[in-house]
Amino acid sequence: MDIAAVVDVAAPVLGSGIRLSVPLLFCCLAGLWSERSGIVDIGLEGKMLAAAFASGVAAAQWHSPWAGLAVGILVSVAFALVHGYASISQRGNQVVSGVAINFLAAGLTVLLGQVWYGQGGRTPQLEAPERFLSLEGDFGIGRLLGAGTPQAHLWSDVIAGHNLLVYAAFLAVPLTWVLLWRTSFGLRLRAVGDNPHAVDTAGVSVAGLRYRAVIVCGILCGFAGTYLAVAQSAGFVRDMTAGKGFIALAALVFAKWRPFNAMGACLLFGLLDAAAIRLQGTPLPGIGTVPVQVFQALPYILTVVLLAGFIGRATPPKASGVPYTKDR
Amino acid sequence: MSAPHRELPPIVDYALLPLVNVTVAFLVSGLVVLAIGENPIEAVRIMIAGALGYSEGIGFTLYYATDFVFTGLAVAIAFHAGLFNIGAEGQATIGGLGVALVCLTFDGAPWWLVAPFAIAASALFGAAWAYLPAWAQARRGSHIVITTIMFNYLAATLMVYLLVEVMGKPGAMSPETRMFAEATRLPFLRDFLTPFGIDLGQSPLNPTVFVAMLAAWGVWLLIWRTKFGYELRTVGQNPSAAVYAGIDPGGIVIVVMLISGALSGLLAVNEVMGTQHRLLLEFTAGAGFVGIAVALMGRNHPVGVVLAALLFGMLYQGGAELAFEKPKISRDMIVVIQALVILFAGALEHMFRPTLARIFASAPRDDR
Repeated sequence: MDIAAVVDVAAPVLGSGIRLSVPLLFCCLAGLWSERSGIVDIGLEGKMLAAAFASGVAAAQWHSPWAGLAVGILVSVAFALVHGYASISQRGNQVVSGVAINFLAAGLTVLLGQVWYGQGGRTPQLEAPERFLSLEGDFGIGRLLGAGTPQAHLWSDVIAGHNLLVYAAFLAVPLTWVLLWRTSFGLRLRAVGDNPHAVDTAGVSVAGLRYRAVIVCGILCGFAGTYLAVAQSAGFVRDMTAGKGFIALAALVFAKWRPFNAMGACLLFGLLDAAAIRLQGTPLPGIGTVPVQVFQALPYILTVVLLAGFIGRATPPKASGVPYTKDR
Repeated sequence: MSAPHRELPPIVDYALLPLVNVTVAFLVSGLVVLAIGENPIEAVRIMIAGALGYSEGIGFTLYYATDFVFTGLAVAIAFHAGLFNIGAEGQATIGGLGVALVCLTFDGAPWWLVAPFAIAASALFGAAWAYLPAWAQARRGSHIVITTIMFNYLAATLMVYLLVEVMGKPGAMSPETRMFAEATRLPFLRDFLTPFGIDLGQSPLNPTVFVAMLAAWGVWLLIWRTKFGYELRTVGQNPSAAVYAGIDPGGIVIVVMLISGALSGLLAVNEVMGTQHRLLLEFTAGAGFVGIAVALMGRNHPVGVVLAALLFGMLYQGGAELAFEKPKISRDMIVVIQALVILFAGALEHMFRPTLARIFASAPRDDR
């Protein structure tokens, strides 16, 4: 088998893996921001679902994907603030609050969708100009690599030709790293997730930092939801997140709460998904037909194995999940 | 550490505050109904009439409540040991596998002979599915919340595989096993009650409801009347104190999760052997998650769990009637109510505490 043939098979799978990893990546980074500040968030799924619905409604209403993005982010941040209020101000159980957020989104989206459009929770089908479409062309790099060569093929199928939000997701990775690891704001935010008492002693508001982290988390989940409803699909359908928020949570554990690891984990899980779709019913050489469920189960199995400490050690930020009570 | 909350009279702490929380959850639900242009008071009227107004409705209410008692108890007993078991859904799913294996193996045998084995299998399979997350939490320090979530998805994926590739009935439209023989199915209570003039209509209420009552009593006994119950509450309230008292918290965690998984698994007796008479995908229908709301609302006490399960049974049955009469209020409204109960009775449980403390502090006290 020559390289060109391998590329012919691999390039579409790689490209689709990247596209499938985008909602995971947005959500995973969202969870990273929240948990680094000490707020456990299992409501990523719910916020993403709420944002998907809101963006689908807004994009259809104002005929613009940007309106969809804006409203998707707004709604997701509103849900994030409910979680923040319960976790930070009321010092409630953060896992319980996250569960509530997930159900609130699952119920409200379908309920309102049914009342407004009467299509079983769907939002109206979006036309092309109302969506984030794949960018045309290949940024002129293809010709540089030589037309028809395998590397040009790889470039055009894997790197180029995605929609704007795909690039935004991968841009959010270094941005998160710089903000959290190279600014004093980031230092404080991470400190608040490890040792809030120290930050409080230094005269910085623990609640203020945590609220800011939760808002960033909401914004990123807003991107994730918008990507699902306005870029990947042409509108919202009920339960369209289908557990991606929890896979993102798994990826976060897998990434040991670090942004570039998060990108790697999400790409891995996205590729597994793409491979499962591609390999459906095709026998693998030497193994035979692998049931598609094996690929679907792999992210969960890998995470459980990692959490049990068999491949390295995944230690969450020390104060995550612990409500902060000021000493008197 | 300063005490974050002021002391309240026990009656306020255990009855009034939870009542206020749940009431607020329902008031907000009323606002949602109002927002979609329906009359909340009329909605409540239709729901109560649908759930309790006639004997078939009551039958359905009790049938739903049976599921929720099992999952509510499962979540509650884990809470007592300081664990949050989000995996009831997956444990119940695997419990269904146990029930189906027993019923298909002894297909045709009379139900009263098969039932004890089916009950044991459901509990055993449910417990087995809880074992790995419990072990990982107790011995490897991984977090039970994340692992039980992962195990819910693993259970769902495993079930699709088994029903599509291994156990499924050939040529069936959807992935499901063949029906159990008539004799092996649990009888419907409606067949016993018709001679007494009680018409339960089409409601699938079956003897599992008595198993649920027994389970609630058993959990109460276990938590408050045994040495093990004392130990599990100690671990839940203060793990390091438990260690000083010579208790192995890890061991307690594993056993509590096994019991929790077994209770979740029992749901499958009601659904698979009592109602559906075959194993099919997603027969749990979210009951594992309703258990979270039920446990929080019932303050993790078996009596509270039973009452909360009855209320959610009414919501499910009444909600079905409501969706029929008012198509704008679809059954998803129940999910919204469930979410608001979890939010106000769980995450925001202390929100009204300062207000109540102020009211009761200013009231004249007669205990001096």
